[in-house]
Amino acid sequence: MEWLYVLMPIAGVEIFWPGLIILGVGVGVIGGFFGMGGAWMVTPGLNILGFPMAFAIGTDIAHMAGKSLIATMRHGKFGNVDYKLGCVMIVGTVVGFEVGAQMIMWFERLGKVELYVRYMYLVLLALIAWMVFADVAKKRRKEAEAKAAGGEVDKLATGIEWHKTFHKIKIPPMMHFKEAQITCSMWLPIVISFLTGWLAGILGIGGGLIRMPALIYFMGCPTHVAVGTDLFEVMISGLYGAGTYTYKGRTELVAAAIMLVGASMGAQVGTVATKYIKGYGIRIAFGLAVIGCFLSIVLKLIAKAYKLPMFDHMSTALVLGLVAVMSGYIFLKMLAGAKKEVAAKKGRA
Amino acid sequence: MRKLWAKIASFGVMILLLLPELALAAGPKAAPLVIVADTRKFTGWEAWWTNLYNESHLYFALLTIAIIPTIGVLFGVVADLIMSHIGIDLKSRELAEH
Repeated sequence: MEWLYVLMPIAGVEIFWPGLIILGVGVGVIGGFFGMGGAWMVTPGLNILGFPMAFAIGTDIAHMAGKSLIATMRHGKFGNVDYKLGCVMIVGTVVGFEVGAQMIMWFERLGKVELYVRYMYLVLLALIAWMVFADVAKKRRKEAEAKAAGGEVDKLATGIEWHKTFHKIKIPPMMHFKEAQITCSMWLPIVISFLTGWLAGILGIGGGLIRMPALIYFMGCPTHVAVGTDLFEVMISGLYGAGTYTYKGRTELVAAAIMLVGASMGAQVGTVATKYIKGYGIRIAFGLAVIGCFLSIVLKLIAKAYKLPMFDHMSTALVLGLVAVMSGYIFLKMLAGAKKEVAAKKGRA
Repeated sequence: MRKLWAKIASFGVMILLLLPELALAAGPKAAPLVIVADTRKFTGWEAWWTNLYNESHLYFALLTIAIIPTIGVLFGVVADLIMSHIGIDLKSRELAEH
């Protein structure tokens, strides 16, 4: 069974390559579907496969750049990417990320910062999950009320409508974002991207997990456009991150390439699945993923606080289980949708 | 108006020049250790690859930046071919709701 292992030229360790492909497929499907890089899922997976941690972040970012590129291209074809909005947001993201990173270095001198950052991450994840499910509940309430009145809710209606308040701010210059169907002050996406970038910088994460819901609830993007535009941002930051980490000698390209074989194909599956799942379906699945991430951090905190490595293993198992279940669900939904589409095509012919 | 565009363009160039420094300062700091790949274990392209890593991280990074998108696009296109062969429409999306 030696052929199932490949020697990593730089790291000098033998890795079970089918494991890399399976992990790549899983995170690729989820990434293409939710519009995020998914570093919080990849790192425990690489760890399990025996990957040296010195190379984990760089390798993860490198594969993320490749898969988000192809997923952005596909989302773009579906009209899910607002490139103009993405370009405006890059400015805020870069500046915000840097401010956050510098702040965290300043806080580090005060000590115990890591613990506070984890707590902050938990609060943020809880807020995102609350926002998603409060929105879903409100939308359902609206639908029930409309049904009781004998009518129907507008197809474009949403539950939470905070973005409408933000759109009333008319500080010039005003901009129209065609794909997102939004006209607002240019400062709105800049401020939102600055804040999400700042949080990502403080938490030391890529930011897709925060940016996607921010695009929906604060900018007012339709879910599919939020996913596509977020992937565009992930692609740019991923390519840049891959360059800098590789320059530092922290990328194992062979591992990234093997993962990418699965991830780029998985990302296409995840992207196409968005064709068949309504916006609110994506929001609910995203909310569940956020809860999974929340629980994995809670387990890690318990493991650290009480020195119980078992909880660390449970956290890893939870994340990998979540990847398997979520990607399986998305894949099945995509298959069902494709089957229906092909049958409809045949029926028309 | 032209002046304004010139200012915006020069600001953009400045950001691009300063960006590497800004981003290097961001994120978790890597431990200050030098990693050297063991070339003795390899022959052929792997030996060349490990040698490149040891000799120049810059060329290694440039090559990585070129290879990663290429592999992504290559296998993404393979997935596209399979999906369009099945009969999935890969050019449009009918759902138009939040």
